[in-house]
Amino acid sequence: MQLIEFKNVYKRYQNGVSALCDVNLEISKGEFVFIIGESGSGKSTIIKLLYRQEKPTSGEVFVGGINVARLRNGKVYKLRRKLGVVFQDYKLLPKLTVYENVAFALEIYGLKKSEVRRRTLEALEQVGLKDKLRSFPDELAGGEQQRVSIARAIVNNPKVLICDEPTGNLDPKTSMEVMRVIESINNDLGTTVIMATHDEKIVNKMKKRVVVIDKGLVVDDTMKGKYKNETI
Amino acid sequence: MKPFRILKSNFLESFKGVFRNFSLSIASITCITITLILVGFSIFVTLNVNNFTAEIEKDMTIVVFLDRKASDEDIDAIKEKIESLDNIKKITFNSKEDVKKSMQKESEIFNTILSEYTESNNPLQDSFLIKVEDINRIGDTANEIQTIEKITLVKYGEGSVEELVKIFDLVKKITYIAVVALVIVTAFLISNTIKITIQSRKREIEIRRLVGASNAFIRQPFFFEGIIIGFLGSIIPIAICCFGYSYLYERLGGKLFTEIIRLIDPKAINYMVMVALVVIGVVVGALGSFRAVRKYLKV
Repeated sequence: MQLIEFKNVYKRYQNGVSALCDVNLEISKGEFVFIIGESGSGKSTIIKLLYRQEKPTSGEVFVGGINVARLRNGKVYKLRRKLGVVFQDYKLLPKLTVYENVAFALEIYGLKKSEVRRRTLEALEQVGLKDKLRSFPDELAGGEQQRVSIARAIVNNPKVLICDEPTGNLDPKTSMEVMRVIESINNDLGTTVIMATHDEKIVNKMKKRVVVIDKGLVVDDTMKGKYKNETI
Repeated sequence: MKPFRILKSNFLESFKGVFRNFSLSIASITCITITLILVGFSIFVTLNVNNFTAEIEKDMTIVVFLDRKASDEDIDAIKEKIESLDNIKKITFNSKEDVKKSMQKESEIFNTILSEYTESNNPLQDSFLIKVEDINRIGDTANEIQTIEKITLVKYGEGSVEELVKIFDLVKKITYIAVVALVIVTAFLISNTIKITIQSRKREIEIRRLVGASNAFIRQPFFFEGIIIGFLGSIIPIAICCFGYSYLYERLGGKLFTEIIRLIDPKAINYMVMVALVVIGVVVGALGSFRAVRKYLKV
């Protein structure tokens, strides 16, 4: 079984909007996958299904052997401990420092203080923010904030890093910096990366696997793909 | 070791939580303080009303006057018969000699008049004084005693006693309901206040969920925070109620308006009320937090 599998996944929201239609997808360990598509195409829904923000209406989603569709609300944490999630709006806690924001994700494991410190510093080093430990999020630039949230996402050594439009709020130059960080995580740590984006430049430059979603359907799935306007 | 470490860190986290969101904590604490003052006040009123009614009920006695011709054996037989009835708590024999003596002591006039009588021509009657278990059935018990032979008269303050007992019962019920209702209102009020204050920490809860914290883990610090807030909220009510009551007791000399209505000594109940207020504050605070977080654990 692959690390991530979508089997005949349908998703219809409460308000009647049909977001996904018979999606079949397999992603293996260590891959770097872009999921692209216009707004409302359903790419965010795919991301949300991965970390069980949403449940599929029918079909099955497997992440690291866990059947997401059957996961009860009280057990969601078991899935999320295998994942790191990065959002467009960073989702940092404004009253905590950079260090505390990252260490926050380790608190739940009840590790020793020294262990928490070691791993937090490791993660911050990976994203190149070791010199900003004591800063608060609002003292940082957008790209730096996003790197803090990436550090938080990888601090528990997840199998999969899920990114939902991580560069959506950043300028092109900063976006590329953030992408370098994510790519290094994929290369150095072997973490599988799944990223939803509609940033054409990034997709074209990175030359990774590209899954194109349109109106809830997978319309293209190519290795070393490019953002082709004619396909969407 | 691990669960303990998690518990410890969550406990410390809860202190941080209280002070980091200080203005919101103050809102919850104030809410608990105000309602607990009312609860404390009503507890004191309830205890005193109950004490007062119990005192009065304790004084209620059935007096049984015996036939003048009753011999000593008859008296013993009557005593046995009365004791065999249910609802009898205590029975004391009051011989006419005793009554004579106590009356002589009471005033000079009685003394001179009664000293003319000897034991054989004492105009007074032997009597039994009876206390009952259940004051509500005092009438029935008196009627039963009436049927025993060689008894001339049974008195217990008919009419007025029944009225008084009914009123006391009603007052007791009202004060109990008032305390319970106040506690319930407090619980809701606090739960809602905490819900509003937690609203602003929605993001924190959401992120905790995202990084893989279990629901129990997320709840822990809020639970402890509720306890801390409940505890802090009960300090001022304890001070106001207990010191206030002690002060009032001293000022009034232990009685309200008349000698009949005696207040309970604050030393006897202050500790109990303190414990009650802390327990109510802590339990209500903890449950309020627990309930308030639930809403945000569905992301």
